[in-house]
Amino acid sequence: MERALTNYIRALRTAGAAVSPSEAIDAARTLALIGYAERQTLKDSLSVVLAKTTEEKDLHDRLFDLYFSRATPAHEIPPTHGDEGGQPDSEQSLPDLANSNDANRMAVAMERAGAAAGVDQIRFASQGAFFARRMLEALGVEALEQRLMDRLQTRTPEAQAEAQALIDARGALTREARKFVDRRFEVFGRAATETFMNDAVANRAIDKLSLRDMERMKAVVARMAKRLAVRHSRRRKVRNRGHLDIRRTLRANAGYDGVPFEVVFKRKHRDRPKIVAICDVSGSVAAYVRFLLMFLYALSETVADLGAFAFAHELRDVSGPLKNLTFEAAMEYIIQEVGSGGTDYGQALIDLREHSWDQIDRRTTVLILGDGRSNHTDPRLDIFAEVADRAKRVVWLCPEPPGRWGSGDSEILRYRPFCTHLSHCATALDLEQALDEILLAYD
Amino acid sequence: MTALPTPDGLSSIDAVTEGLAGVGYISTRSISTAVYLAHHLRKPVLIEGPAGVGKTDLARSVAKCLNYPLLRMQCYEGLDESKALYEWKYGKQLLYTQILKEKIHDLVADADGLDASFAKLRDFQDLFFSREFLEPRPLLKAMEQTGGSVLLIDEIDKSDEEFEALLLEILSDYQVTVPEIGTIEAQVPPLVMLTSNATRELGDALKRRCLHLHIDFPDAERERLIVRARVPEISASLLAQLVAFIQLVRGENLRKLPSISETIDWARTLLLLHADALEPTMVRETLNVILKRQSDILSLAAKAEALTRDAVKAAEAA
Repeated sequence: MERALTNYIRALRTAGAAVSPSEAIDAARTLALIGYAERQTLKDSLSVVLAKTTEEKDLHDRLFDLYFSRATPAHEIPPTHGDEGGQPDSEQSLPDLANSNDANRMAVAMERAGAAAGVDQIRFASQGAFFARRMLEALGVEALEQRLMDRLQTRTPEAQAEAQALIDARGALTREARKFVDRRFEVFGRAATETFMNDAVANRAIDKLSLRDMERMKAVVARMAKRLAVRHSRRRKVRNRGHLDIRRTLRANAGYDGVPFEVVFKRKHRDRPKIVAICDVSGSVAAYVRFLLMFLYALSETVADLGAFAFAHELRDVSGPLKNLTFEAAMEYIIQEVGSGGTDYGQALIDLREHSWDQIDRRTTVLILGDGRSNHTDPRLDIFAEVADRAKRVVWLCPEPPGRWGSGDSEILRYRPFCTHLSHCATALDLEQALDEILLAYD
Repeated sequence: MTALPTPDGLSSIDAVTEGLAGVGYISTRSISTAVYLAHHLRKPVLIEGPAGVGKTDLARSVAKCLNYPLLRMQCYEGLDESKALYEWKYGKQLLYTQILKEKIHDLVADADGLDASFAKLRDFQDLFFSREFLEPRPLLKAMEQTGGSVLLIDEIDKSDEEFEALLLEILSDYQVTVPEIGTIEAQVPPLVMLTSNATRELGDALKRRCLHLHIDFPDAERERLIVRARVPEISASLLAQLVAFIQLVRGENLRKLPSISETIDWARTLLLLHADALEPTMVRETLNVILKRQSDILSLAAKAEALTRDAVKAAEAA
């Protein structure tokens, strides 16, 4: 298969598009059919064959332009490093190459040097200078530099002039090499860097995130939510083979005089996920709340039945603002409206029973996010026990590490016996896992 | 792989565009490319995009311009192989058993012993499970077409996961397996088009087997061409204003954006009302043609005046 094409497919894969071997074969067949002649047609065709989602299409659009940025495709350059005419590896031809205005010749030389230096392996922007130097070495810049040193030490006007010319040539080549490396970084490295940074953010403790991380986190969370949605949106019904549904079988076969040609089995219906999320938004856990709400906000497509409550002193229903406002506005509203006064878990539970008791039934998972620090007020364990009794599951995610549970005004150990699941949740990954488990209970 | 006869309409990408224009479908370069590749790579095309941008219509138009029969399979939840592939004609089988009862009696009359009668009957056993009693449904019908066909599997995202799995054999090998008869291979592989509104994520196996075409809302120029093709009576100035207005509306933050079908409906509506230019009152009164949600209508009615003004200006500039 074409080298240019396989390399391009590799670039797509690095960037996160799942291109299968069979699609690569299709791409090769397409290339044979369409050819390189019409760039736009080739782009459209490869988009149809290789990119199967909107994200992949965007990726393809961007990468295609970067990768096939030259008029001559890479495969038309003879791959041999023999000594045919124009091979620029002597100190005479290097300045010549740098000064010639033949863009194509320069491109060919760069392409070769790039291949020799292994520029396609680039992963991080900081490697740019290193690879550019390797390319210059592959071009044979060392001989040029030797001559340059030699000329600089000779104190004749001709020698000085030649030295200046050599410096200019070296500068021009370096710029070209950097340009080439940067372009390759866009193709092969950028996506890998992104993935690396995203993983790092997902693994970092939430309260240690900087503002810039928070921006990145939004993308990470959106991806996680999508992953959860895909995993849990499929299959609402399961066939329960073996249990005959007699009523429906009789009805289906009425046309055949009651002879059971068609057998109908009972189906088991799955519960739709129903989550009531209760968030402590007092100062100590605000970072986590922002983040959990971000997650729930993104998840709202899978979990149609989502009740969100926030409390510090008293409990408020915040599903409305989350649904109707943009995320930023909703966050601001919630923190402003709810997040004042000392935390009081007992009061929150009382409010829950007073106003929103009917939202909790046997299909509901109650998700509590908070540190369980209730300022020495009555934790109202009796109501919490009732909640646990009523709901399908009670899941408590605590941002505090287990070592500090129960210290000071923390009531979390007293709540623990009533929770189906209580865990320390410090990173985005923890949260994804916890939500995955919650949704799994409905599969 | 044997060479397929290539109809004239599929000989090049431009030929596809021309052919589609001939039946009133205004194609884009990427749409034509997808159709062209679908035939030459022998691959199904999965078409995604918002509702009402002409996904189903593309299949219909391709069939029309190639003069192929269109076999349409509308997907819905609970769709299974008896509705999509084939079904045994139970009633007919039952009836024939009754009628042939006497005959069977005659047939086994001269055989002595159970074994001999059984051996005799065995020769006829397959009679009831033959093509005679097979009711072909769209997918099987498409396999049986000898002169080429377009198979449209509409709104695949509405069907269950099991049905998706069922499609895999057809999509990759163009064959259907009926356990009692064997494998039925397509005489001429149909041009398969699947449409999806992306209400759920489709399985990877299915996606990987298909070419993927995303049709988005058209740009102003293409939309004008489409409306002109569908509503030829409309005046040029009204058409330009109307399309400019719709393009502006698509930039608004609405729950459900108007698509091409709504534009066409609106053009017809305005024509019925003898409008020859957009004006705020009329726009406000006919908003329900292009918007399908009350909240959208309310939010846009407030801006109708400004939007109309901008649209008229944009139309003049164009």
